Amino acid sequence: MSALATTAVDLLVDPLAYDFMVRALLTTLVASVVCAVLSCWLVLIGWSLMGDAVAHAVLPGVVLAYVVGAPFALGAVVFGFLAVGLIGVVRDTSRVKEDAAIGIVFTTLFALGLVLISVTPSQTDLNHIIFGNLLGVSWPELTQVMVLGAVVLAVLLIKSRDFTLYAFDRTHAHAIGLRPRLLGAVLLGLLALTAVVALQAVGVVLVVAMLIIPGATAYLLTDRFGRMLVLAPVISASCAVIGLYASYYLDTAPGGTVVLAQGAAFALVYLASPRHGLLGTRWAARRRRLRRERAAA
Amino acid sequence: MAAPAVDVREVTVRYGEVLALDGASLRVEPGRVCGLIGMNGSGKSTLFKTIMGLVTPEHGTVAVDGGSSARARRAGAVAYVPQSEEVDWSFPLTVRDVVMMGRYGHLGLTRRPRRADHEAVDAALERVGVAPLASRQIGRLSGGQRKRAFVARGIAQGARVLLLDEPFAGVDRDSEATMVRLLRELAAEGAGIVVSTHDLHALPELADEAALLMRRVLLHGPTAQVLRPENLAMAFGLGLDGRAEP
Repeated sequence: MSALATTAVDLLVDPLAYDFMVRALLTTLVASVVCAVLSCWLVLIGWSLMGDAVAHAVLPGVVLAYVVGAPFALGAVVFGFLAVGLIGVVRDTSRVKEDAAIGIVFTTLFALGLVLISVTPSQTDLNHIIFGNLLGVSWPELTQVMVLGAVVLAVLLIKSRDFTLYAFDRTHAHAIGLRPRLLGAVLLGLLALTAVVALQAVGVVLVVAMLIIPGATAYLLTDRFGRMLVLAPVISASCAVIGLYASYYLDTAPGGTVVLAQGAAFALVYLASPRHGLLGTRWAARRRRLRRERAAA
Repeated sequence: MAAPAVDVREVTVRYGEVLALDGASLRVEPGRVCGLIGMNGSGKSTLFKTIMGLVTPEHGTVAVDGGSSARARRAGAVAYVPQSEEVDWSFPLTVRDVVMMGRYGHLGLTRRPRRADHEAVDAALERVGVAPLASRQIGRLSGGQRKRAFVARGIAQGARVLLLDEPFAGVDRDSEATMVRLLRELAAEGAGIVVSTHDLHALPELADEAALLMRRVLLHGPTAQVLRPENLAMAFGLGLDGRAEP
């Protein structure tokens, strides 16, 4: 093996000598894959802002769950639905429009979470929820992430076709006797659970990035939903690994670096995707124009 | 005699303060095509939503395919072809994927299609003449082809009642003629079809009967009779040249 290859392998293997890096790697991988699969539906339904809202609004639920010793997932789901319910109430019973209703509800709930953290003993633990604490994930926390992630993935994949139908044509779903409102509610519940999974990795603030960027990136690459469901997690997991290693060697915040890698991947695809990228569509338009001019000449 | 495809009686629907339907009645028999004519805001969409059970009327009764709307939906008896504006045409699905969604009501937990479902979809695609385009993304079809793909979804579903909302909007004359032929064939096979439109020139060829809607059904009868200028004037106020105001 050449010296260069040996060095490359060393670069990849060295960090894994630390137990905390192994746990960090597994946590980001699970979180990025689960978020990426869910994000395919979120970006198509137009629920990006809703994803942002639910991810933030689970904070007080998680803190209260911590205080009473209940599972984080339970608190998160309760507050996730509470947020969606409140958004609906504000939107439907006042003249305030939906985007403002979302902004009011989720920031208020998030603020409630911050206040609860400030009055709860053992603040260090809970502050990690906000910005993530990838390098400090314990084995029990990692187990929770894996169990929740597996549950979310299983439901998403078993009901994949129903969710796609829900995203594409709710009226048809209703017309053939399915229950679109129930499908929507299940998807929101999964969103709240996913927020719990991902906030271990990158924290509440950056969860939304993992819930939107991978789906949006895959959407620019393909016209087939089935391929989106493969591309999004592959891209997201690759970015997670690259981001984590970069943060190790550059000594930067791991959560932030992972999201930066995802943002960079989106920018690359946005520019260079053959079919829906900026350069691709510009070149195609140019070729068409040249062909027309040549035909006219 | 078979039960009516659609039997709406004295239906009143209110959205908050707004009265959308006010004692509307409409009965369409199987094998018939009914043109539903009315201005924007006359309640055409609300009537469709009522038939599909998407809105619950304050008063009145709705029967579809001889039973309740819910029973008809569970049986896969009702198909709806949406207006173009209601559809996300950049959605990453192929024409075949969309038509396959007609089969979901017949499928199990994961909606995994079986051979019979693939065959039903193939037959439906063939029937409406978009089979060669089946693997295109749904937005890469012309206006008329898009509409026919959605009709194919209803055929694959095995629907006996077809509701089409403005199927001729953004469709050229050739496609319109193809669509008229297709709907006539489906009616001849026993489907009950309701087509809402404010483009009236296709109606005489397409529809056996027409209904003028203005929150309630003002007039329901043979198409030629309903399309008389003095009758249209009732529904549109103006539009005596036979073309409704948009």
